[in-house]
Amino acid sequence: MAGLVTTFGSGAMTNSIGDIGDARCILIIGTNTTEAHPVIGWEIRKAARRGTRLIVANPRWIQLVREADLWLQHRPGTDVALLMGMCRVIVEEGLLDADFVAERCENFDAFKNSLEGFDLDFVERTTGVPRGQIVEAARMYAGNSPAAIFYAMGITQHSHGTDNVMATANLAMLTGNVGQPGSGVNPLRGQNNVQGACDVGALPNVYPGYQPVADPAIKDKFEQAWACSLSAQPGLTITEIFDAAYRGQIKALYVMGENPVLSEPEAKHAEEALQKLELLVVQDVFLTETARLADVILPGVTFAEKDGTFTNTERRVQLVRQAIEPVGNSKPDWWIIGQIAQRMGGKGFDLTGPSAIMDEIAQLTPAYGGISYRRLEEGGLQWPCPTEEHPGTPRLHTMLFSRGKGHFVPLEYRPPAELADDDYPLILTTGRSLFHFHTGTMSRKVRGLNVFQNEELVEMNPKDAAILGIADGDMVRVVSRRGAVVARACLTDASPAGMVFMTFHFAESPTNQLTNPALDPVAKIPEYKVTAVRIEKNGQMVAMTER
Amino acid sequence: MGLKLDKIRLKIDGQEVEVEKGATVLEAAKAAGIYIPTLCYDEDLEPYGGCRLCVVEIEKMRGLPIACTTPATDGMVVHTSTPAVDAVRRTSLELLLARHPSDCLICNRRKPVIGEEQCSPYDVCLRSVAVTDRCVTCPANERCELQDVIDYLGITELRLPRDTERVPVDVSNPFFDFDRNRCILCARCVRACNEITGVGAIDLAYRGYSARVATFGDKQLLESICRSCGECVVHCPVGALAPKETHRPEREVKTTCPYCGVGCQMYLGIKDGKIIAIRGDKDNDVNRGRLCVKGRFGVGEYVTHPERLTSPLMNRNGEFVEASWDEALDEVARRFSRYNLDEVAVVSSAKCTNEENYILQKFSRAVLGTQNVDHCARL
Ligand code: SF4
Ligand code: SF4
Ligand code: FES
Repeated sequence: MAGLVTTFGSGAMTNSIGDIGDARCILIIGTNTTEAHPVIGWEIRKAARRGTRLIVANPRWIQLVREADLWLQHRPGTDVALLMGMCRVIVEEGLLDADFVAERCENFDAFKNSLEGFDLDFVERTTGVPRGQIVEAARMYAGNSPAAIFYAMGITQHSHGTDNVMATANLAMLTGNVGQPGSGVNPLRGQNNVQGACDVGALPNVYPGYQPVADPAIKDKFEQAWACSLSAQPGLTITEIFDAAYRGQIKALYVMGENPVLSEPEAKHAEEALQKLELLVVQDVFLTETARLADVILPGVTFAEKDGTFTNTERRVQLVRQAIEPVGNSKPDWWIIGQIAQRMGGKGFDLTGPSAIMDEIAQLTPAYGGISYRRLEEGGLQWPCPTEEHPGTPRLHTMLFSRGKGHFVPLEYRPPAELADDDYPLILTTGRSLFHFHTGTMSRKVRGLNVFQNEELVEMNPKDAAILGIADGDMVRVVSRRGAVVARACLTDASPAGMVFMTFHFAESPTNQLTNPALDPVAKIPEYKVTAVRIEKNGQMVAMTER
Repeated sequence: MGLKLDKIRLKIDGQEVEVEKGATVLEAAKAAGIYIPTLCYDEDLEPYGGCRLCVVEIEKMRGLPIACTTPATDGMVVHTSTPAVDAVRRTSLELLLARHPSDCLICNRRKPVIGEEQCSPYDVCLRSVAVTDRCVTCPANERCELQDVIDYLGITELRLPRDTERVPVDVSNPFFDFDRNRCILCARCVRACNEITGVGAIDLAYRGYSARVATFGDKQLLESICRSCGECVVHCPVGALAPKETHRPEREVKTTCPYCGVGCQMYLGIKDGKIIAIRGDKDNDVNRGRLCVKGRFGVGEYVTHPERLTSPLMNRNGEFVEASWDEALDEVARRFSRYNLDEVAVVSSAKCTNEENYILQKFSRAVLGTQNVDHCARL
């Protein structure tokens, strides 16, 4: 997100799902769309079948490769090299949109100079993609406007995730692919309301509407609105919170609806941090692995038992409506927090319900200014929607970028924080399965979904498996510098040699005990996509000398 | 004036109809509220022209064209029901019924006239129809397009002997069954799987009398590449592809899928305080009716799962004991008050609503006084 804010001025998906059919070329990188965002995946597939050129950049074989005109199988963590290599071809062959660059963007020369570092020999060596394919991809993307880029956690979950995002933005600006239907840079959000949680200020450095905590005028605004005094110091990010708890600096933690014991990188560390707390309060619908460590557990309700809104990946605010009564003695999360706040003397927490809370959000959040339940009854609204009369915004940056001019960012290639070596010769990358969701709190409770997959699988290439003497279905131990996890091996050509793949949906095989907490310096996102591991069968370590 | 150019006018059963250029004869009739029987036609799918039930007579055109694929043209004169048309429809339908349970379809107790009694699942069948063949035990009963067509044509007896050889039902999928004994080979499932999802798990296999909808290698659905989205089930006009949960909701509530960031719009079907059916909402720009396996089949069971937390719990010496809301809320408030702002932190949730995230960050900042609030957006 930080990457798109720097380049465009807004971190959200630039275009809409309805735009996909307008694209003449689509580049998808770091997203297994048909698994993680199925309906968008179908839309992309349909466009490809109707003639839209489709470029898939992914180290693994994914379903959409079947429809792709070109599959770039780059090594994990080499996205910047691949994208900047494409930019270089576009500049060298004069395929850029010079008018767009001159009129709507800035800092092009510095960016152009940084392309020096990406001659195709270097790019080919780094990414493992033959130079011919890089040239072809560059020509295909630049030659078929409007062209859209889609990416997901495969781009952001790296120690250089912000660079990755800025590289996609550079590529789009270079070819004028911002602002028209069927173009743009489109991050696909993982969980249902990531976009909304960010929009309304569940972030340590910004208030609702991305208004900076450190800005004195903004601080004044919120102090007045909330009748309290506020700290001007940006707070800790989630990973920093766990570090601080581990050190004993954070002593009390309130967790609503999350399960960091499974989702945090180097999850053992997160679990130990939680154990060190003096007070842990967890609000959730199930007794999650995190809730088991709590001092007090408060039973919240699911989406079916309350009113509210979610904001989807294309910035569309949509209603969630109560369909059944709360189960047992559970209560809506907003009610619980309001009660605690009032007991602690907080003002402005005598809440009447979600609709009134949305009115308060609209007052304080310019992009949500025109959003109300009355309007949402008629259908979703895409922000920015600043006034009552505003119809919402399906496409960002049509005339101007949110920040004024599009900002090219010079980049250099930096390798992932962890590389394969003799002790840990394979690269583990994590992702999602169609049949489960996040840490499995919800989907694992559905018997039918467990029929499709009920345990963690370590997807690995048959060649690697042969070297290690592993057969399909064997139980194996996956060991990283941080921990070990047992799971069943699944041999598949979808995983290239040298790479293994796991999800993080299964509490029995907590994959994130393996992953690397190395953070992107700007976005503070951990490197889930590149972890060096070795695989052991029957507890014995096998040297992979033949590799 | 400019608009008028894109419109055409035609006459259907004596009625003047105006439609946009490019519409088919069938669409023109629908727009005018005139029913033409169809089985393979589906508004979500490309025209197919397979069942021949929609034949019509068009003046100055030879033969009997099919309405679902014939484009409407200016000045056309269409007759939707003539003796010739009805004869063709009857024959097509009878051929089809030779391979579909049909005794109930032509029974007067299925749709009785006033004064007669309607057949229910607990009634004894007067014609000794096998239970698997009865309309009242079919999940599609009363919302079956085959029933609609039979009623329209008024068929009360069949001239062809029925082939009663049964094939096993594919019950491998955890959410829906495929009973090929009820399949009418309209290919709507095949086309939905191919056109809507692009998966292509099923196809029409074999020729003539052995024709059937099959997966690659004729394996069970669970062993195929099927992704279990249920789009085929939604588009089946009869009861061949049907959800395992056959109860019908008492009411529906429109909402947003709780799983991924696509944000599909859906209707939750409620009965006895439980979610028992889910269907996609067609009138929105996000999913236009479509849902994936998680949205369509993965919601109801977790919402009312027996493991749901139903009472506040407090940890007393390693044991969780139930507490009242007042006790729990007081305890949380009292214990949090002891810390100063850099000793506390709040983790919010990308699974919760905007309103809840807003209130939690406000609580963190305005009441606890800390900016240490974040959520798992990055994960
Ligand atoms: S459930 Fe979906 S993927 Fe499976 S056969 Fe039906 S339409 Fe195809
Ligand atoms: S139905 Fe599937 S694609 Fe749609 S929001 Fe739910 S999980 Fe995502
Ligand atoms: S509906 Fe026209 S041929 Fe089937």
